[in-house]
Amino acid sequence: MEGLLDLLGLAKSAELLSLSPPGWGMNLLRGLGKSLQIAFGAFGFGLVIGLFGAYGKLYGGPVVRDLLAIYTTVVRAVPELVLILILYFVGTDLINRASEALGYGRVEISGVAAGIWVLGVVQGAYSTEVLRGAILAVPQGQIEAARAFGMPPVMLMRRVTIPAMLSFALPGLANLWLIATKDTALLAVVGFSELTLETRQAASSTRAYFTFFLAAGGLYLMVTLMSSALFQLLERRSRRGQPSLKGAGR
Amino acid sequence: MMRLIRPMLMPHRLVLIALAVALALWCALTLRWDWLPKYLPLAMEGLWRTVWLLAASTFLGFLLAVPLGFAQAVGPWYLAVPARVFCTLIRGTPLLLQIWLLYYGLGSVFPQIDGIRDSVLWPYLRQAWPYALLALTLSFAGYEGEVMRGAFSGVNRGQLEAARSFGMPRFTLFRRIWLPQAINNVLPTLGGETILQLKATPLVATITVVEIFAVSSRVRQDTFVIYEPLLLLALVYMVIAGLIALAFRWLENRVPTRRPGG
Amino acid sequence: MNFKTSLLAGLAALALSAGAAAAEEVKIGIAAEPYPPFASPDSAGNWVGWEIEVIDAVCKAAALDCVLTPVAWDGIIPSLTGKQIDAIMASMSITEERMQTIDFSNAYYNTPAVIVADKSLDIDASPASLAGKIIGVQASTIHQAYANAYFGDAEIRVYQTQDEANQDLYAGRIDATQADSIAMADFVATDAGQCCEIKGNVANDEAILGKGVGAGVRKGDDALREALNKGIAAILADGTHEAITARYFAAPIYSE
Repeated sequence: MEGLLDLLGLAKSAELLSLSPPGWGMNLLRGLGKSLQIAFGAFGFGLVIGLFGAYGKLYGGPVVRDLLAIYTTVVRAVPELVLILILYFVGTDLINRASEALGYGRVEISGVAAGIWVLGVVQGAYSTEVLRGAILAVPQGQIEAARAFGMPPVMLMRRVTIPAMLSFALPGLANLWLIATKDTALLAVVGFSELTLETRQAASSTRAYFTFFLAAGGLYLMVTLMSSALFQLLERRSRRGQPSLKGAGR
Repeated sequence: MMRLIRPMLMPHRLVLIALAVALALWCALTLRWDWLPKYLPLAMEGLWRTVWLLAASTFLGFLLAVPLGFAQAVGPWYLAVPARVFCTLIRGTPLLLQIWLLYYGLGSVFPQIDGIRDSVLWPYLRQAWPYALLALTLSFAGYEGEVMRGAFSGVNRGQLEAARSFGMPRFTLFRRIWLPQAINNVLPTLGGETILQLKATPLVATITVVEIFAVSSRVRQDTFVIYEPLLLLALVYMVIAGLIALAFRWLENRVPTRRPGG
Repeated sequence: MNFKTSLLAGLAALALSAGAAAAEEVKIGIAAEPYPPFASPDSAGNWVGWEIEVIDAVCKAAALDCVLTPVAWDGIIPSLTGKQIDAIMASMSITEERMQTIDFSNAYYNTPAVIVADKSLDIDASPASLAGKIIGVQASTIHQAYANAYFGDAEIRVYQTQDEANQDLYAGRIDATQADSIAMADFVATDAGQCCEIKGNVANDEAILGKGVGAGVRKGDDALREALNKGIAAILADGTHEAITARYFAAPIYSE
């Protein structure tokens, strides 16, 4: 193994990337863990916002629909980097003022929580559109039948709409998950500790820029490929029972 | 024009518009704008740089995306596979990482190349904008390659067969039928992707390209004013995005398309 | 009913877990970017360096429970005023401009600013010799302010971290960089820094370059400021400062 690495000239790189100090591998993996944490939280938070947003856009009154349209338009037009900065300062300002007004003193907001908040708001706008399209694709008859049975709205959402719309939403949601994982890199510009920041710190300290950036790229690629495979499995499972489109339209 | 104005006149919309105007007036009067005159020339320069980076990278990226998409759609395996690998790499890694890899990664090998400082390229290698342009172009090409793949596959096969049966040479077929039809199919998507590219441009501020986000950061660092530059920046981006959306809508309307069944 | 209550319980748990006020700790903000030899992360993720040791010593002497909080350098003052951190000890110089927004403790070190350039480049630190050259500086630093004020004939490039400026100096993209003399002495001693040497100190301008490096605190936070002053005075008096300096540098870096 060492011979092969020596041959490829990668011995020094392998040393830098090793998992135990003085190798920086563990730092990178820790950063990856934080990135995935933030991405997961932001994706989930975005889904919750998206669900409310989609329902608001479909069944809400004209004012709600317009406000949601403003929200989605602004988020889709303004760069994430600018949104991250604004949301970070606004969010922490509001929370501090609220907690001071309530007499709690200062509230500690971890980097992960702040990252989830800012990225979640951004994801929420995109989720709104994806879920809205998916809910529209649910056959109207099923919803009407459930209403005819007197099912309360929340139960209807839980038992009929959401399971039925999953197969339509999954491709869009898969894309959103990939966007979430890649957007965590932007948090490096704000100084949150995640994979890209750890990579830059390691590269700065050791001057091995190529090594670390390629390694980080490899880690992101691994996450992306595995996520894509996972989502394909989920899609296939959610489409079970639906007729296959193979050979149709020939 | 009336088509745009009429929906705005509904009562709840009028209230919202009035609220928005009131909010804008309040912002203009109560927030700190004293930094604006001093930094306006720099802001104009930054805006120009943003716009030309966006235009150049989307144009060049699209030029690259067409062969990438075509290779994946109909190419032989030795062209399709590298194109697929390229698109997967670009789409699987964050743009920020790609930018830093190109700028700092390449920069770290410069001292090992003898004679590079005397070469003709050196003045360009020293500056940051070529790397920014390259990274943005490759990124756009990676994403659009995927889009164009779908576009080329989605062109009505009958048209291509008809053209071939008339004996149209392959390149003319591509130029006159395949490519225009493909672009027409995905024009809405391309519009959305161009706006996404606009949202990607601030990332080049991290490699010292002074575009408009960098100017706003500079204002924040010099004066410690936090919100006002960011709000103005968001407004500028929204205006540019709106212009791009309008431009693409005009392009879409220029081509008369017969909707299926119509 | 089950769904609703579990949803409410989940939201309540989330809200509670996100807000835990820790009133006793003092959060000392340091720059998230490495700044050797003052503060840089090692491969295990711990922060080490001269400044880190001084922070520990000052906090011990002032009996404060300090927590190191890395914050991005260009957002560090807004973080202080926004109360995410309580003090800044990130090699921040005491300048008039910054004093309009925050207060400072007494200085705990004071070093000049130098110009570093390639060995083959025949320049010194004067504005005349730097005319037409490309100078790299870190954003939001006194060096950026100084370069903008004095080196108007040169092209100034602004980097997020000093390390990136050093890297571009090594790559040859910039001709020179202006930074702190100690940090640069550390850089030219490294492998990458063999290309370059310190060309000289820049002409002093106390209004821009400041009166030394102190700890930043919020305006009006006199209690913390006095505590930090007490700690700084204590470590200067009992020789701790000297001992830490001796471990890192050849010459003392504090002057009255």
